[in-house]
Amino acid sequence: MAEVEIKKENLVYAKPRLMLDNIIHYCPGCSHGTVHKLVAEVIDELGLAEKAVGISPVGCSVFAYNYIDIDWVEAAHGRALAIASAMKRLMPDKMIFTYQGDGDLSAIGTAESIHAAARGENVVTIYINNAIYGMTGGQMAPTTLLGMKTATTPYGRDPRLNGYPYKIAEMMAHLDGATYITRQSVHTPANVRKCKNAIKKAFQRSMEGKGFSFVEVVSTCNSGWKMTPVAANKWLEENMLPFYPLGDIKEVK
Amino acid sequence: MAKIKGTIVIDRERCKGCGVCIASCPCDVLSLSSEVNSKGYPVAQMANPDACIGCASCAVICPDSVITVYRQKIN
Repeated sequence: MAEVEIKKENLVYAKPRLMLDNIIHYCPGCSHGTVHKLVAEVIDELGLAEKAVGISPVGCSVFAYNYIDIDWVEAAHGRALAIASAMKRLMPDKMIFTYQGDGDLSAIGTAESIHAAARGENVVTIYINNAIYGMTGGQMAPTTLLGMKTATTPYGRDPRLNGYPYKIAEMMAHLDGATYITRQSVHTPANVRKCKNAIKKAFQRSMEGKGFSFVEVVSTCNSGWKMTPVAANKWLEENMLPFYPLGDIKEVK
Repeated sequence: MAKIKGTIVIDRERCKGCGVCIASCPCDVLSLSSEVNSKGYPVAQMANPDACIGCASCAVICPDSVITVYRQKIN
Protein backbone atom coordinates (compact mmCIF):
# COMPACT_ATOMS: atom_id res chain seq x y z
CA MET A 1 0.00 0.00 0.00
CA ALA A 2 1.19 3.52 -0.76
CA GLU A 3 2.69 5.45 2.08
CA VAL A 4 1.42 8.77 3.41
CA GLU A 5 3.59 11.56 2.06
CA ILE A 6 5.20 13.83 4.63
CA LYS A 7 4.25 17.18 3.17
CA LYS A 8 2.46 20.31 4.24
CA GLU A 9 -0.83 19.53 2.47
CA ASN A 10 -1.19 16.36 4.52
CA LEU A 11 -0.32 17.94 7.85
CA VAL A 12 -3.01 17.37 10.47
CA TYR A 13 -1.36 18.26 13.73
CA ALA A 14 1.96 19.76 14.73
CA LYS A 15 3.53 21.40 17.75
CA PRO A 16 1.78 24.76 18.27
CA ARG A 17 3.65 27.71 16.76
CA LEU A 18 3.84 29.51 20.11
CA MET A 19 5.39 26.56 21.97
CA LEU A 20 9.13 27.22 22.14
CA ASP A 21 11.68 24.53 21.41
CA ASN A 22 12.89 24.32 25.01
CA ILE A 23 12.41 20.84 26.39
CA ILE A 24 9.82 21.20 29.13
CA HIS A 25 11.04 20.25 32.59
CA TYR A 26 7.88 18.45 33.71
CA CYS A 27 7.97 14.77 34.56
CA PRO A 28 7.04 12.37 31.74
CA GLY A 29 3.26 12.32 31.27
CA CYS A 30 2.54 15.43 33.37
CA SER A 31 -0.71 17.19 32.54
CA HIS A 32 1.03 20.58 32.61
CA GLY A 33 2.59 19.98 29.19
CA THR A 34 -0.78 19.22 27.61
CA VAL A 35 -2.41 22.31 29.13
CA HIS A 36 0.53 24.53 28.07
CA LYS A 37 0.02 23.28 24.56
CA LEU A 38 -3.69 24.12 24.66
CA VAL A 39 -2.97 27.63 25.94
CA ALA A 40 -0.44 28.16 23.13
CA GLU A 41 -2.87 26.85 20.50
CA VAL A 42 -5.80 28.94 21.71
CA ILE A 43 -3.79 32.16 21.93
CA ASP A 44 -2.54 31.61 18.39
CA GLU A 45 -6.00 30.77 17.03
CA LEU A 46 -7.52 33.89 18.61
CA GLY A 47 -4.69 36.04 17.23
CA LEU A 48 -3.77 37.22 20.73
CA ALA A 49 -0.02 36.45 20.61
CA GLU A 50 0.84 40.14 20.85
CA LYS A 51 -1.84 40.90 23.41
CA ALA A 52 -1.62 37.97 25.81
CA VAL A 53 0.23 38.33 29.09
CA GLY A 54 0.47 35.30 31.34
CA ILE A 55 1.15 35.38 35.06
CA SER A 56 3.10 32.32 36.08
CA PRO A 57 2.82 31.01 39.62
CA VAL A 58 5.09 29.34 42.11
CA GLY A 59 4.90 25.59 41.78
CA CYS A 60 5.88 23.17 39.05
CA SER A 61 4.60 25.59 36.39
CA VAL A 62 6.86 28.39 37.62
CA PHE A 63 8.83 28.11 34.37
CA ALA A 64 5.79 28.41 32.12
CA TYR A 65 7.40 31.54 30.68
CA ASN A 66 10.16 29.41 29.18
CA TYR A 67 7.74 27.44 27.06
CA ILE A 68 5.08 29.70 25.57
CA ASP A 69 6.23 32.56 23.37
CA ILE A 70 4.16 35.41 24.82
CA ASP A 71 4.78 38.00 27.52
CA TRP A 72 4.89 36.71 31.08
CA VAL A 73 5.18 38.02 34.60
CA GLU A 74 6.29 35.87 37.49
CA ALA A 75 4.24 36.42 40.65
CA ALA A 76 5.07 35.88 44.30
CA HIS A 77 3.58 32.67 45.65
CA GLY A 78 -0.22 32.80 45.39
CA ARG A 79 -0.37 36.44 44.30
CA ALA A 80 -0.86 35.90 40.58
CA LEU A 81 -4.43 37.21 40.55
CA ALA A 82 -3.45 40.37 42.44
CA ILE A 83 -0.90 41.15 39.72
CA ALA A 84 -3.35 40.15 37.00
CA SER A 85 -5.99 42.52 38.41
CA ALA A 86 -3.61 45.46 38.34
CA MET A 87 -2.33 44.65 34.87
CA LYS A 88 -5.80 44.32 33.37
CA ARG A 89 -6.86 47.65 34.89
CA LEU A 90 -3.76 49.40 33.61
CA MET A 91 -3.80 47.74 30.19
CA PRO A 92 -7.43 46.85 29.44
CA ASP A 93 -6.70 45.94 25.81
CA LYS A 94 -4.38 43.09 26.84
CA MET A 95 -5.55 39.54 27.47
CA ILE A 96 -4.35 38.76 30.97
CA PHE A 97 -4.45 35.25 32.36
CA THR A 98 -2.94 33.45 35.31
CA TYR A 99 -1.75 29.87 35.25
CA GLN A 100 -1.79 28.42 38.75
CA GLY A 101 -1.70 25.11 40.53
CA ASP A 102 -3.76 24.02 43.50
CA GLY A 103 -1.00 24.79 45.98
CA ASP A 104 -0.61 28.31 44.63
CA LEU A 105 -4.25 29.25 44.09
CA SER A 106 -6.22 27.33 46.67
CA ALA A 107 -3.71 27.26 49.53
CA ILE A 108 -1.38 30.24 49.88
CA GLY A 109 -3.27 32.40 47.38
CA THR A 110 -6.86 31.82 48.51
CA ALA A 111 -7.46 35.41 49.60
CA GLU A 112 -6.14 37.01 46.40
CA SER A 113 -7.98 34.50 44.24
CA ILE A 114 -11.36 34.78 45.95
CA HIS A 115 -11.27 38.58 45.98
CA ALA A 116 -10.22 38.86 42.34
CA ALA A 117 -13.22 36.68 41.49
CA ALA A 118 -15.52 38.69 43.76
CA ARG A 119 -14.40 41.95 42.14
CA GLY A 120 -15.14 40.46 38.73
CA GLU A 121 -11.77 41.28 37.20
CA ASN A 122 -11.74 40.63 33.45
CA VAL A 123 -8.99 38.05 33.65
CA VAL A 124 -8.80 34.31 33.16
CA THR A 125 -7.40 31.79 35.58
CA ILE A 126 -6.25 28.37 34.47
CA TYR A 127 -6.19 26.27 37.58
CA ILE A 128 -4.33 22.96 37.57
CA ASN A 129 -5.74 20.75 40.30
CA ASN A 130 -3.74 17.58 40.86
CA ALA A 131 -4.66 17.19 44.55
CA ILE A 132 -1.07 17.30 45.73
CA TYR A 133 1.92 19.62 46.19
CA GLY A 134 3.90 18.32 43.24
CA MET A 135 7.01 20.50 43.21
CA THR A 136 7.94 20.08 46.86
CA GLY A 137 7.68 16.30 46.84
CA GLY A 138 4.07 15.21 46.99
CA GLN A 139 2.76 16.59 50.28
CA MET A 140 -0.92 16.93 51.13
CA ALA A 141 -2.68 19.91 49.55
CA PRO A 142 -6.06 21.41 50.53
CA THR A 143 -7.45 19.59 47.49
CA THR A 144 -6.10 16.15 48.47
CA LEU A 145 -8.90 13.57 48.48
CA LEU A 146 -9.97 11.87 51.70
CA GLY A 147 -8.00 8.67 52.17
CA MET A 148 -5.40 9.70 49.58
CA LYS A 149 -1.82 8.84 50.50
CA THR A 150 0.75 11.62 50.23
CA ALA A 151 4.18 12.26 51.75
CA THR A 152 2.57 13.96 54.76
CA THR A 153 -0.47 11.67 55.02
CA PRO A 154 1.18 8.26 54.63
CA TYR A 155 -1.90 6.46 55.99
CA GLY A 156 -4.29 8.45 53.84
CA ARG A 157 -5.95 11.82 54.49
CA ASP A 158 -7.99 11.58 57.68
CA PRO A 159 -10.63 14.32 58.08
CA ARG A 160 -10.30 14.32 61.89
CA LEU A 161 -6.62 15.17 61.61
CA ASN A 162 -6.27 16.84 58.21
CA GLY A 163 -9.69 18.32 57.54
CA TYR A 164 -11.73 17.98 54.37
CA PRO A 165 -10.79 18.82 50.77
CA TYR A 166 -12.60 21.74 49.22
CA LYS A 167 -13.74 22.74 45.76
CA ILE A 168 -12.68 26.27 45.02
CA ALA A 169 -14.52 26.31 41.68
CA GLU A 170 -17.86 25.75 43.40
CA MET A 171 -16.95 28.35 46.02
CA MET A 172 -16.22 30.93 43.35
CA ALA A 173 -19.47 30.11 41.59
CA HIS A 174 -21.29 31.83 44.47
CA LEU A 175 -19.58 35.11 43.67
CA ASP A 176 -21.37 37.50 41.33
CA GLY A 177 -18.10 38.71 39.77
CA ALA A 178 -17.20 35.23 38.53
CA THR A 179 -19.15 34.69 35.34
CA TYR A 180 -17.67 31.59 33.74
CA ILE A 181 -16.55 28.66 35.83
CA THR A 182 -15.82 25.28 34.35
CA ARG A 183 -14.00 22.12 35.28
CA GLN A 184 -12.19 20.10 32.64
CA SER A 185 -9.53 17.42 32.43
CA VAL A 186 -6.87 16.34 29.93
CA HIS A 187 -6.67 12.60 30.61
CA THR A 188 -8.14 11.48 27.27
CA PRO A 189 -7.95 13.03 23.77
CA ALA A 190 -11.69 13.85 23.92
CA ASN A 191 -11.27 15.67 27.22
CA VAL A 192 -8.26 17.55 25.86
CA ARG A 193 -10.41 18.85 23.01
CA LYS A 194 -13.20 19.88 25.39
CA CYS A 195 -10.68 21.60 27.64
CA LYS A 196 -9.35 23.53 24.68
CA ASN A 197 -12.83 24.81 23.88
CA ALA A 198 -13.29 25.89 27.50
CA ILE A 199 -9.99 27.79 27.51
CA LYS A 200 -10.93 29.44 24.23
CA LYS A 201 -14.29 30.50 25.58
CA ALA A 202 -12.68 31.91 28.73
CA PHE A 203 -10.14 33.94 26.74
CA GLN A 204 -12.88 35.28 24.46
CA ARG A 205 -15.04 36.26 27.43
CA SER A 206 -12.10 38.07 28.97
CA MET A 207 -11.63 40.14 25.83
CA GLU A 208 -15.37 40.87 25.72
CA GLY A 209 -15.22 42.24 29.27
CA LYS A 210 -17.64 39.70 30.67
CA GLY A 211 -15.98 39.27 34.05
CA PHE A 212 -13.83 36.71 35.76
CA SER A 213 -13.38 33.31 34.10
CA PHE A 214 -12.03 30.26 35.83
CA VAL A 215 -10.99 27.05 34.08
CA GLU A 216 -10.11 24.26 36.46
CA VAL A 217 -8.21 21.37 34.91
CA VAL A 218 -8.30 18.19 36.98
CA SER A 219 -4.78 16.91 36.39
CA THR A 220 -2.42 14.14 37.29
CA CYS A 221 0.83 14.23 39.21
CA ASN A 222 2.13 10.78 38.44
CA SER A 223 5.41 11.32 40.33
CA GLY A 224 3.61 12.59 43.42
CA TRP A 225 0.97 9.91 43.20
CA LYS A 226 3.73 7.27 42.69
CA MET A 227 2.19 5.81 39.53
CA THR A 228 2.99 5.48 35.85
CA PRO A 229 1.47 8.24 33.68
CA VAL A 230 -1.09 5.85 32.18
CA ALA A 231 -2.08 4.48 35.61
CA ALA A 232 -2.36 8.04 36.92
CA ASN A 233 -4.82 8.93 34.15
CA LYS A 234 -6.89 5.90 35.12
CA TRP A 235 -6.68 6.77 38.82
CA LEU A 236 -7.83 10.29 38.02
CA GLU A 237 -10.89 8.97 36.25
CA GLU A 238 -11.78 6.56 39.05
CA ASN A 239 -11.01 8.72 42.07
CA MET A 240 -10.68 12.40 41.20
CA LEU A 241 -13.65 12.77 38.86
CA PRO A 242 -16.31 11.50 41.32
CA PHE A 243 -15.25 14.28 43.73
CA TYR A 244 -14.39 16.87 41.10
CA PRO A 245 -17.08 16.30 38.44
CA LEU A 246 -16.40 17.74 35.00
CA GLY A 247 -18.50 20.30 33.19
CA ASP A 248 -19.55 23.93 33.30
CA ILE A 249 -20.41 25.05 36.82
CA LYS A 250 -21.56 28.55 35.98
CA GLU A 251 -21.96 30.61 32.85
CA VAL A 252 -23.54 34.04 32.86
CA LYS A 253 -24.48 34.99 29.29
CA MET B 1 -11.65 2.06 -2.75
CA ALA B 2 -10.17 5.22 -1.33
CA LYS B 3 -8.82 4.87 2.14
CA ILE B 4 -7.71 7.39 4.72
CA LYS B 5 -4.25 6.65 5.98
CA GLY B 6 -2.16 8.45 8.48
CA THR B 7 1.36 8.54 9.72
CA ILE B 8 3.21 10.29 12.50
CA VAL B 9 6.67 11.72 12.95
CA ILE B 10 8.08 11.56 16.47
CA ASP B 11 10.72 13.93 17.73
CA ARG B 12 12.74 11.24 19.47
CA GLU B 13 14.98 13.57 21.43
CA ARG B 14 12.03 15.40 23.05
CA CYS B 15 9.98 12.27 23.80
CA LYS B 16 10.01 11.17 27.44
CA GLY B 17 8.40 7.78 26.87
CA CYS B 18 5.43 8.45 29.17
CA GLY B 19 3.25 6.14 27.09
CA VAL B 20 0.11 8.30 27.27
CA CYS B 21 -0.06 8.29 23.46
CA ILE B 22 0.04 4.49 23.38
CA ALA B 23 -2.94 4.25 25.72
CA SER B 24 -4.82 6.89 23.69
CA CYS B 25 -4.39 5.35 20.24
CA PRO B 26 -7.69 3.80 19.10
CA CYS B 27 -5.92 1.57 16.56
CA ASP B 28 -3.05 0.17 18.67
CA VAL B 29 -0.44 1.62 16.38
CA LEU B 30 2.11 2.72 18.94
CA SER B 31 4.57 1.07 21.30
CA LEU B 32 7.69 2.04 23.21
CA SER B 33 11.02 1.40 21.55
CA SER B 34 13.56 -0.96 23.04
CA GLU B 35 16.40 1.49 22.37
CA VAL B 36 16.54 4.77 24.26
CA ASN B 37 17.22 8.38 23.29
CA SER B 38 20.15 10.44 24.55
CA LYS B 39 18.30 11.20 27.80
CA GLY B 40 17.77 7.49 28.44
CA TYR B 41 14.04 7.40 27.75
CA PRO B 42 12.48 4.69 25.62
CA VAL B 43 10.52 6.58 22.97
CA ALA B 44 7.16 6.12 21.27
CA GLN B 45 7.30 4.47 17.86
CA MET B 46 4.90 3.16 15.24
CA ALA B 47 4.83 -0.57 15.79
CA ASN B 48 1.92 -1.11 13.43
CA PRO B 49 2.06 1.78 10.93
CA ASP B 50 -0.48 0.31 8.50
CA ALA B 51 -3.26 0.68 11.08
CA CYS B 52 -2.77 4.44 11.54
CA ILE B 53 -5.74 6.54 10.44
CA GLY B 54 -4.19 9.91 11.27
CA CYS B 55 -6.78 10.75 13.95
CA ALA B 56 -4.15 12.73 15.92
CA SER B 57 -5.34 11.42 19.31
CA CYS B 58 -1.72 10.66 20.23
CA ALA B 59 -0.53 14.13 19.27
CA VAL B 60 -3.42 15.90 20.98
CA ILE B 61 -2.67 14.30 24.33
CA CYS B 62 1.15 14.30 24.11
CA PRO B 63 2.39 16.52 26.97
CA ASP B 64 5.68 17.24 25.25
CA SER B 65 4.29 18.09 21.78
CA VAL B 66 6.62 15.61 20.10
CA ILE B 67 4.18 14.11 17.59
CA THR B 68 3.41 15.54 14.15
CA VAL B 69 0.54 13.91 12.27
CA TYR B 70 -0.02 13.58 8.53
CA ARG B 71 -3.09 12.18 6.82
CA GLN B 72 -3.80 11.38 3.20
CA LYS B 73 -6.53 9.81 1.09
CA ILE B 74 -5.02 6.90 -0.80
CA ASN B 75 -6.78 5.50 -3.84
